[in-house]
Amino acid sequence: MRLSQAWIVTMKDFGIFRRKRYILYSLIAGPLALSVLLPASILFSTSPGEIPAATLSSILGGEFTIFIMLAGLLPSVIGAYSFIGEKVEKSLEPLLATPTTDSELLLGKSLAAFLPSIAATYVGAVLFMAIVDASTSGQVGHLIFPNLNALLILFPAAPLACVMNVEFSIIISSRVNDIRAAQQLGTMVILPLVAIFILAQTNAFAIDPFHLLIISGILLLADVALFYVSRTTFEREEILTKWK
Amino acid sequence: MIEAEGLTKKFGGVTAVQGLTLNVEKGEVFGFLGPNGAGKTTTVRMLCCLISKTSGEATIGGLRIGRSEDQLKIRQMVGVLPENVGLYEDLTAYRNLDFYGQLYRCTKQQIRERAERLLRMLGLWERRDDLVGTFSKGMKQKVAIARSLIHDPPVLFLDEPTANLDPESAKTVRDFIFELKKEKRTIFLNTHNLDEAQRVCDRIGILKTSLIAVGSPEQLRASLWGRKTVLHLSAVNEAILSAVRGVGVRNIETVSETKLVVDVTDPEKENPSIVRAVVGAGGEVRFVTELRPTLEDIYLRLLKSGGKQP
Repeated sequence: MRLSQAWIVTMKDFGIFRRKRYILYSLIAGPLALSVLLPASILFSTSPGEIPAATLSSILGGEFTIFIMLAGLLPSVIGAYSFIGEKVEKSLEPLLATPTTDSELLLGKSLAAFLPSIAATYVGAVLFMAIVDASTSGQVGHLIFPNLNALLILFPAAPLACVMNVEFSIIISSRVNDIRAAQQLGTMVILPLVAIFILAQTNAFAIDPFHLLIISGILLLADVALFYVSRTTFEREEILTKWK
Repeated sequence: MIEAEGLTKKFGGVTAVQGLTLNVEKGEVFGFLGPNGAGKTTTVRMLCCLISKTSGEATIGGLRIGRSEDQLKIRQMVGVLPENVGLYEDLTAYRNLDFYGQLYRCTKQQIRERAERLLRMLGLWERRDDLVGTFSKGMKQKVAIARSLIHDPPVLFLDEPTANLDPESAKTVRDFIFELKKEKRTIFLNTHNLDEAQRVCDRIGILKTSLIAVGSPEQLRASLWGRKTVLHLSAVNEAILSAVRGVGVRNIETVSETKLVVDVTDPEKENPSIVRAVVGAGGEVRFVTELRPTLEDIYLRLLKSGGKQP
């Protein structure tokens, strides 16, 4: 596989995304809203010292799991444009006629959906951590973030969730011709992640390294399974003769 | 340059292309005619290694389409203009060409030079920095043609290049094909436009799942229709008919009381003796013409007869 060939496809998609306001707004507004509003809802709705320091750390640590969800959500916005956009513009045939392998095309388009999504997630997460630390360090007496849980959320879990939705977008693209419909279907893949967030908020299980590693392991298995399905779906002849 | 032997494609139980055997020479413009669903696009997709063949063999420039190590090389040496132009409407005309140039491993300089040359030839250089989404259908078709040539391929597959274009744009595209022909590129042209095929193509293949006929427009006329001479007379009578039969004419078709249509093999040789016979039988010849069937006549006759010579 030639990475340079895949990167050409990625850069072309970035050029198209730059002109799609919906994508730009999604990449900026979503992470920004979460990183500001979520800590604000806790920190500014209570008086300083009202919540014990340990509880505050636990609540904010639980809220931080939303970045797994965000990483799993953003590719549904971008992936739909990346894959279904080619279908809508009927540009797949000339693209497939180039001396590029299926794997290079798949990697290029996957990177185009993955990189902005994970970058926006990280920017949001860094902002979240900065706001929380700036607002709580006096009260708690130390910096809540970064911590081991945050690192486990940001490094194995969030990218794995992101990859899962990229792969899901590829599979959806073979069956759907409407970008909005694909985006809506793509959000379904994050329902288990929403469940994790809610359970973490209700203290149904503790957000600790053990549970985060289990979540990451499950995401990894899902990624491997979806990779095989998406790889089969994104096959030259399949695309030209069966993609509707 | 393009050779196919028994090339067949089946989708499940449906045969799209059956036993296609043809040979397209280097520098030749080969027209592929056939009704919708005849297998033209499937053939092009097989030859460009976009879909697999079910059986048979084909080579492009000596490279075999079924061999995995040849597939990227074949795609590098062919340019494809699909039926749907498939341009990126949110990118400029130049960026569209630049993207494909990069995928075909052209250098930046090659892309710049070729894009300029092609867009100038097609009258779009001044619009190179405009988004393709703002272009008319004809302009998009021209950009797509430029895209298919950005890597300077020796073989070009054009699928309905003038379909749905206004007459002026269609003429520009046809003139451009003539330019490509001068450059000795091998061009495989799928078309429904019989007039275009007749004007542009050196040879024509008529496909209806299998290849019904192949040859130059003249060869198809001669072999499938024969040559006919029309004699415009002041009157046709039995004496004239027997005199014409007397000079060995194979078939006489009396079209009207003043017109005779006769089958001839070599009109330059046979017409003088036919005219002499008519005059000898007391007939008065006003003028003599050749009846030339159009490609459309041949095409429709072939499709109707399912490929059997009428």
